[in-house]
Amino acid sequence: MAREQHDYDDIPGTFVFDAERSRQGFGINMFCMSLMKDENRKAFKANEAEYLKKFKLTPEQTDAVLKRDYNRMLELGGNIYFTAKLGAADGHSFQHLAAVMTGASQQDYAAMMLGGGRSVEGNRSRSGKNAPSKFLLAAAKTSAAAKSKAKSGKSKSKSKSKSAKRK
Amino acid sequence: MARIIAGIGSSHVPAIGAAIDNGKTEEPYWKRVFSGFEKSQEWMRQTKPDVAIIVYNDHASAFSVEMIPTFALGCAAEFPPADEGWGPRPVPVVEGHPALASHIAQSVILDEFDLTICNKMDVDHGMTVPMNLLFGKVDKNSHWPCPVVPLAVNVVMYPPPTGHRCFMLGRAIKKAVESFPDDLRVVIFGTGGLSHQISGPRAGLINSKWDKNFLDNLSKDPQKLVKIPHLDYMREAGAEGIEMVMWLVMRGALDDKVDEVYRFYTVPASNTAVGHIILANRPRGAKGTAKRKPAGKHKPAAKHKRAAVRAEVQRIRS
Repeated sequence: MAREQHDYDDIPGTFVFDAERSRQGFGINMFCMSLMKDENRKAFKANEAEYLKKFKLTPEQTDAVLKRDYNRMLELGGNIYFTAKLGAADGHSFQHLAAVMTGASQQDYAAMMLGGGRSVEGNRSRSGKNAPSKFLLAAAKTSAAAKSKAKSGKSKSKSKSKSAKRK
Repeated sequence: MARIIAGIGSSHVPAIGAAIDNGKTEEPYWKRVFSGFEKSQEWMRQTKPDVAIIVYNDHASAFSVEMIPTFALGCAAEFPPADEGWGPRPVPVVEGHPALASHIAQSVILDEFDLTICNKMDVDHGMTVPMNLLFGKVDKNSHWPCPVVPLAVNVVMYPPPTGHRCFMLGRAIKKAVESFPDDLRVVIFGTGGLSHQISGPRAGLINSKWDKNFLDNLSKDPQKLVKIPHLDYMREAGAEGIEMVMWLVMRGALDDKVDEVYRFYTVPASNTAVGHIILANRPRGAKGTAKRKPAGKHKPAAKHKRAAVRAEVQRIRS
């Protein structure tokens, strides 16, 4: 069955871990969870493909795990808090995984974060819905209105309107 | 009667915990983060709450994908720190407050919030990192300064509860606390956020403008926040930024009008924008609280108390 379409599928570069992916990715996530135990990490490292058989993954899911294709794991129902455990078992920091998923070097990724992170501008929508959320727009309007009010009316009129509201 | 006296919002980035545990707090990168919590720790030492209700989320530690409760309340006597793959964090066991917790459970379930009850639960960095940020570093063999009632919220699998639902649960918790017979001074934490995405090709997303708006409205006009749909959180604040709905449980448990005691914001800690706020309820009887006394009679006292709160706010800010 094809995946049901949702409004959030429009967000670029994002695989929302929803109820459908949660069902589909149960095996991947339980596999990752098993890596919390040292004996399991050792068994996995000794023979990865054999160890994965216990978790009833689809061939695509097995392939994604063996290749450490983190984005594909997410797409097939893995959740980041779980797949991060696989990364940790491989001895990688979380920032390393984040860099891998974004296709950047870890150095470049770290520099982007220090520079304030990835901008939301141009990263809101696959289909061109790049206008900011109504919530942000409303807030911008209120602060603009408050500023102009403060300029024209000074503080007296402000306190008046406040007390009027309270009544 | 027990009473909620203040709400605290704080990020719960795991790397902050690692920095504390590995003695990196004095490194310039981390000092920038920790210095923002120095005044909060002083505030906490002076406030000395009797209990903290901590709204947080589990990160594949206690719950995995076998069971995904939307709201889970910890009613146990103690909550051990979880092994998140590197051994449990070297922090004390979190002591619970079973009497208050079961009272809250009974009250809010009858108020139609169908909680899951946890009588045995490990707690991960989602809870212990904000505790460190507000209580400071506490030796593993010592005790946290107060017992905790944990409230775990599912924000890992979509959909988490709506912002409105979270806010209304906060309301129900406030009512529950106020019907508890013992005189307890309670604080409530909302944790997680602020903007961040840690999964997929869009990882690293930060939206400071969004975060600032969120903090502004949390303080002054939370009704604006309860209407925000999940899609907007995920688009604007990142797939994992949706954790911010947990702050609305905290805000719902406070009075309509609160005093903003303190705020701190910095980017980044690891992959996340760090946000922090302290909101204090005004003393009862003061103007603007939920149960206002008839006008006139208590005015001078109220005025006096408000001035005292203002002075306190001023003192902590300066």
